[in-house]
Amino acid sequence: MEDKIEAVVYKCKDNVDTDVIIPARYLSSTDASELGKHAMEDYDKEFSNVPHEIIVAGKNFGCGSSREHAPIALKAAGVKVVIAKSFARIFFRNSINLGLPVIVCKDAGKLDGKIAVHLQTGEIIAPGEIIRFPPFTGEIKEILDAGGLVAFIKAKKAKV
Amino acid sequence: MGLTITEKIFSSSVEKEVHAGEMVTSKIDYSLVNDITGPLAVMEFEKIAKKVWDSNKVVIVLDHFTPNKDIKSAGNCKMLREFARKQGIKHFYEGGNVGIEHELLPEKGIARPGLVMVGADSHTCTYGGLGAFSTGIGSTETAAVWATGELWFRVPETFRFKVHGTLRKWVTGKDVILKIIGEIGVDGALYKAMEFAGDAVKEMTLAQRLTMCNMAVEAGAKSGIVEPDYKTLLYVKQHSTLPYKIFKSDPDAVYEKEFEFDGRQIESMVAAPHLPSNVKPASSFSDVEVDQVVIGSCTNGRYEDLEVAAEILKGRKVAGGVRMIVVPATPSIYKQAMTEGLLKIFMDAGGIISPPTCGPCLGGHMGILAEGETCIATTNRNFVGRMGHSRSKVYLASPATAAASAVKGKITDPRNI
Repeated sequence: MEDKIEAVVYKCKDNVDTDVIIPARYLSSTDASELGKHAMEDYDKEFSNVPHEIIVAGKNFGCGSSREHAPIALKAAGVKVVIAKSFARIFFRNSINLGLPVIVCKDAGKLDGKIAVHLQTGEIIAPGEIIRFPPFTGEIKEILDAGGLVAFIKAKKAKV
Repeated sequence: MGLTITEKIFSSSVEKEVHAGEMVTSKIDYSLVNDITGPLAVMEFEKIAKKVWDSNKVVIVLDHFTPNKDIKSAGNCKMLREFARKQGIKHFYEGGNVGIEHELLPEKGIARPGLVMVGADSHTCTYGGLGAFSTGIGSTETAAVWATGELWFRVPETFRFKVHGTLRKWVTGKDVILKIIGEIGVDGALYKAMEFAGDAVKEMTLAQRLTMCNMAVEAGAKSGIVEPDYKTLLYVKQHSTLPYKIFKSDPDAVYEKEFEFDGRQIESMVAAPHLPSNVKPASSFSDVEVDQVVIGSCTNGRYEDLEVAAEILKGRKVAGGVRMIVVPATPSIYKQAMTEGLLKIFMDAGGIISPPTCGPCLGGHMGILAEGETCIATTNRNFVGRMGHSRSKVYLASPATAAASAVKGKITDPRNI
């Protein structure tokens, strides 16, 4: 897990669903880079042409289908972190399992422009203010640090 | 302090009393994948293990992009077929044995009361209709389940929805769940268990209870559940000889929130684009013309759904210029619809009969919408681009409302037929 991610935010509305994150017409592919080319295509045709390393969303980000292709596509498109008021639960688990940090932040609506996200300390440095979120702990932190669930399980097995 | 049915299922699984909010690692009774989520699960699984924990407990259903819609989909199915053979997977369904997963698993006696089931498909919550705990997970997590046979959960708090009274003619579980989602919103039950109770739910058939639990995820819920009763037992005994466990919520069980609905007041409901919570009575849509009607999916492709549609379509014609696609959810439903004459009714009306597939519901194949087209469907999602072009529209409704709309060529309350 990177310690500091600094970028201009990409803002989304509430209830961004996994059908718009990666439409079904691309689901016959399991290739991350192919999926990444089409990330958010039905939400915003310009997504790939604007800064989107940090997605800032409203509530219920990632609702709908369980397709893991959604966080795979976002990651492959260069998204480093998603900050939202709330997440749909399957998307949240999928993202952690893929090593994509997803942050629940009640004040997500306030974030705009260039910000710096400090994952280890739980701080978002925004213009004129610092917003705090509970940093990852326990097994979720260990999974993110390993780079995802599969890497985490492999590392655990190697230790035994 | 009493326990909810969901707390009891987890307590039984982990062999100690647990309550909402506790983290548990539970044994998994069945783990399901389909032809979209399965390939990713296999790829991740092969990085961490060699043999699945129990080849009787992995279920693979090739139902989404089948019959194979393109070369890549065919390749995905081939990969899963080889994996199933190599692993000796008992429950592998394809070709003439395949049905839409969430209808097939109850029918095959795989989904049973009291079990803990996970599926790499968000609508895995359907089996709550039989009194099981079941929920959707991702592909990587499925790989971990296949390796270990376990998964961690936070035992969910429960929202109870009591629906009183007898429902009106044409009003079914689909209308009730749309009404509920319309009231609480698409994140109204985020991470919670939705327990459905009350006279109206008791009077519902198993099929309607499965429909209600199927759409719990559209309110953000982890699971939906209905207490098993004599109808559940009858169904389970007809479909399985394997063990099951009957749990009921205690009278003093703790609910985080309780909602009450008067079933007698609920009309046929429709969710307008582009959220399943954008719900209004069918009677309030007067001029919404449709290009396509889809009757099927894991929400409403059961025999009694087809029966209701046939009751309306018998002796009538689908309006000119409207494509009506009927998708019997499983081979046995298809066969029954054939022998009972329902397929003839649909074909005489001008409808198209599709093989069992999830196809049109998720914009896969077998009924994709062009730019600007409108569909009324008995499916579960109406997000932007769900059934095709990003500027097409999907309205969600019951089989009765969909059939009535097919006849009139515009969204129609079934009472007006």
